[in-house]
Amino acid sequence: MQKFMTWIDERFPLTDLWQSQWGRYVAPKNFNFWYYFGSLAAFVLVLQIVTGIFLTMNYKPDAHKAFESVEYIMRDVSWGWLIRYMHSTGASMFFVVVYLHMFRGLLYGSYRKPRELLWVIGCVIYLSLMAEAFFGYLLPWGQMSYWGAQVIVNLFSSIPVIGEDLAVWIRGDYTISDITLNRFFAFHVIALPLVLLALVGAHLMALHEVGSNNPDGIEIKKQPKDPVTGIPLDGIYSHPYYTIKDLVGVVGFLIVFSIIIFFIPEVGGYFLEANNFIPADPLKTPEHIAPVWYFTPFYAMLRAVPSMMGTQVWGVLVMGAAVVILFFLPWLDKGAVKSIRYRGGLYKIWLALFVISFLVLGYLGTVPITVWGQFSDGIPLLGGADKATVVSRIMTIVYFLFFVLMPWYTVRDRTKPVPERLR
Amino acid sequence: MKMRTLIASWVLAAFALAIGGAALASEGDIRFEPAPVNRLNDESLQRGARVFVNYCLNCHSAKYMRYNRLTDIGLTEAQIRDNLMFATDKIGDTMDVAMPAKDAKQWFGTTPPDLSVEARVRGTEWLYNYFLGFYKDPSTPSGWNNLVFPNVAMPHVFWELQGTNRLEVKEYEDQEQAKAAAIAAKQLALTEPAPNHKYEVKTVVVDTPGSMTPEQYRAMVADLVNYLDYMAEPAKNKRINTGIVVLLYLGVLFFLVCWAKREYWKDIH
Repeated sequence: MQKFMTWIDERFPLTDLWQSQWGRYVAPKNFNFWYYFGSLAAFVLVLQIVTGIFLTMNYKPDAHKAFESVEYIMRDVSWGWLIRYMHSTGASMFFVVVYLHMFRGLLYGSYRKPRELLWVIGCVIYLSLMAEAFFGYLLPWGQMSYWGAQVIVNLFSSIPVIGEDLAVWIRGDYTISDITLNRFFAFHVIALPLVLLALVGAHLMALHEVGSNNPDGIEIKKQPKDPVTGIPLDGIYSHPYYTIKDLVGVVGFLIVFSIIIFFIPEVGGYFLEANNFIPADPLKTPEHIAPVWYFTPFYAMLRAVPSMMGTQVWGVLVMGAAVVILFFLPWLDKGAVKSIRYRGGLYKIWLALFVISFLVLGYLGTVPITVWGQFSDGIPLLGGADKATVVSRIMTIVYFLFFVLMPWYTVRDRTKPVPERLR
Repeated sequence: MKMRTLIASWVLAAFALAIGGAALASEGDIRFEPAPVNRLNDESLQRGARVFVNYCLNCHSAKYMRYNRLTDIGLTEAQIRDNLMFATDKIGDTMDVAMPAKDAKQWFGTTPPDLSVEARVRGTEWLYNYFLGFYKDPSTPSGWNNLVFPNVAMPHVFWELQGTNRLEVKEYEDQEQAKAAAIAAKQLALTEPAPNHKYEVKTVVVDTPGSMTPEQYRAMVADLVNYLDYMAEPAKNKRINTGIVVLLYLGVLFFLVCWAKREYWKDIH
């Protein structure tokens, strides 16, 4: 074995690669619950690729056969139902895991210097993941697939001057059609998975270059080295310590994942929508079109912004800005400390407001805008307006204020002194 | 610890919001009778399959469902062939319908939808109450209307069994009273706002009895809905049974990896 490895290493830096990327990678020893979601995201990515390959073997990207082929997988392909549920549940769980992973970054300031690029690459991954999910959602060719895609592509046509042509260029047709299905299939199974894999590789390399942050936000690289081991005092090798710890995370995740797959695969219409069991019908618009839950915070923002000056492009811009603004986080945060453990009350309040706005918007994006009724006519300014619209607008503003005011409140915040060593 | 309190309060806020939203959303809705379906009752599923083939399959297809799949619910291929196959003689065929879609469109104004996955669209409760919701209405082309699906194109195919029904509308002073009356009716009931800020409760009552008693009719409908639910996801029982085994396995595995983690981390302080 040793001889074989030497033979390889003389021709390809396999041992070096393993040692630098994982085996001898030194990580802080105090990772908590929130630090499971990085490795879990990688795990779900592999799961999606593997189940996706098997689905592709029986799926037919054809407007006349797509819906039928999905039912064929569910009924006639051996264990096809399991593969399909793993893939559909995996899509939603990918976002669950990624949202928690991103929230971890907010908690402990993982985007701060020197990890700005790591964060930016992560944001591009998130953006690609949204595209991947969007293209994939058309493939079952149900009513929600069809009309959801219709609504999203129509957003582009609201752009002045070039909008209409742009939408036609994306669809390859004047409506969502067989042509659209074919190109979305190509994007979903080849283009974006390649992009995602490359970006995840870059994300990991960048991480292993700068080193992991931790719940205390202390740079362990700046600590004195342990005289015996030669690594930072609060550092441990990833292998075997985090290998085995992440394995606990994976098995824990699989338990949750299996409960969903085997007992509640639709998750009450949130993971698999009831209307998507009706084949796509270009002539019948569903009464209530809602995207899948992971897009609903942005969808709620889109609906909240009124059309002004004869165009609805403002809602689209706000929705886009809500994602783009994430990229600038490393430069908006001027705080003296990284971790929430040493932040003052101001940051905690703003983070809480941000989370509430995201959850409220997420909920409102799943329901019709009339859900809470209207304000009675007597109230000035608000009379007759949908309550949900007003709440969506307030929450949209809160969402953006979290970022826009960040340079101000992070400086004003009364932070606590950060210790030398991890707690 | 402060961190945990913070997270806990967010989670609570989110739940309060979701529950509050759901409570507000259900105002002025339809009250369904619970559907007594049991996915493990093969006899009920077999009776349901018979009703489906005799009554539904004349106009509706189930084009993703293969006849030989019915061996799932305890039937032999010979039984399927002799009792349930009228449209084809190949046991591996799907449940297609002889009626051309074009004719159907002309006769009913719309093509009857394929029913393979209908139960996943509507849910069992909706379907069960749909079959209880038909009433005579001379204003519609078919002469029938439905409390659950207003102005549905489908006529009441079970009228000889259930009998003919009429719509009963009772008016109440306010929403509270109307809701109480809908609950007291202990059957399918629709509460709707009426003119002059009043509310009305609509129910379906028997006009002339059919060949079945209301209990027999409900039992038959329950069998049919049970079958429709099975047909929408034939692998459901296998899925749930597999899930139990998988979870037991993962439970043991989780215990093992937790123990291994603790062993490995013994020297880290």
